[in-house]
Amino acid sequence: MTVQTDTPLEYLLHLADNVLILGHRLSEWCGHGPVLEQDIALTNISLDLVGQARMYYQYAAEIEGNGKTEDDLAYLRDVPEFRNFLLTEQPNGDWGQTIVRQFLFDAWHHPLLKALTESSDQRIAEVAQKSLKEVTYHLRYSSEWVIRLGDGTDESNRRMNTALDMLWPYTGELFTDTPMDMAIHKKEIAPLPSSIHTQWMDTVTEVLNRATLTIPNNDWAQSGGKTGQWHTEHLGHILAEMQWMQRAYPNMQW
Amino acid sequence: MESLPLWEVFIRSKQGLHHKHVGSLHAADAEMAIENARDVYCRRNEGVSIWVVESKYVTASNPEDSESLYDPAKDKIYRHPTFYDLPDEVTHI
Repeated sequence: MTVQTDTPLEYLLHLADNVLILGHRLSEWCGHGPVLEQDIALTNISLDLVGQARMYYQYAAEIEGNGKTEDDLAYLRDVPEFRNFLLTEQPNGDWGQTIVRQFLFDAWHHPLLKALTESSDQRIAEVAQKSLKEVTYHLRYSSEWVIRLGDGTDESNRRMNTALDMLWPYTGELFTDTPMDMAIHKKEIAPLPSSIHTQWMDTVTEVLNRATLTIPNNDWAQSGGKTGQWHTEHLGHILAEMQWMQRAYPNMQW
Repeated sequence: MESLPLWEVFIRSKQGLHHKHVGSLHAADAEMAIENARDVYCRRNEGVSIWVVESKYVTASNPEDSESLYDPAKDKIYRHPTFYDLPDEVTHI
């Protein structure tokens, strides 16, 4: 599939892939949550994200035409075609690692959706409007957990700091302006990623301080997921599990 | 997490109705109890308002007292408004 950088198509795939991959990651907790309450909470968030992904894919499929459907985009693209942040494909690890990943993402997702409600693209603005309500809760949920675990026991604090150090290098990619972003921004479809950084940092600083966690002093950033240049080895495993049925039984309907 | 306190959850299904007990859950504090209640009991549009109260603050009647508490009411049928002739037009009573 060739993607052009001057239509919202690639941007839509980026938005959709982020929430599909993270949603899939969270769904891996289904039936494995530490307690019933959190098992259900994470699957709720997972379903929110997969629902958002569908709205973006449906729109993207319409733009692409040729009878493409949301399923083609979700199930029949391979690793190099995915445009999600590397952060979203990182493994669940322990509960703390899942929560840190979620929080770092939510703190980006929330201000982004807020800005997207003003998008010149009516359809994107509508999806953002709907998703913002869900993500407001996601951010509240993950923030509360970061504070609770960071300011919890010695062990929970240690695990949270470990997860932060591990995931931090994947956050730089969230605020890098690519040529695609510039083009999209010019049409007032979306804000420049770099413009969200201050809000993200404010949220992260406030919550990590309350959680008595240390903000990593590390500017080195991994990148490549959003541009499709390369992904970590984890994405292939996710896609294998997510796509095998559609690939083994082409065009099957659930 | 099982060591966390137990909370009773009450949901108001829509404006004008009263909060109704729907179940219980574990949570570290009131804030988390509200979030858990939202996730566990309000996933299917069940409510517009949530109350949570720590279970230890609920005082329950003792089942052993059942005879003295409830039996005396059983033979006092005159306390039920069942001796009135209602016009057919009156419904929902």
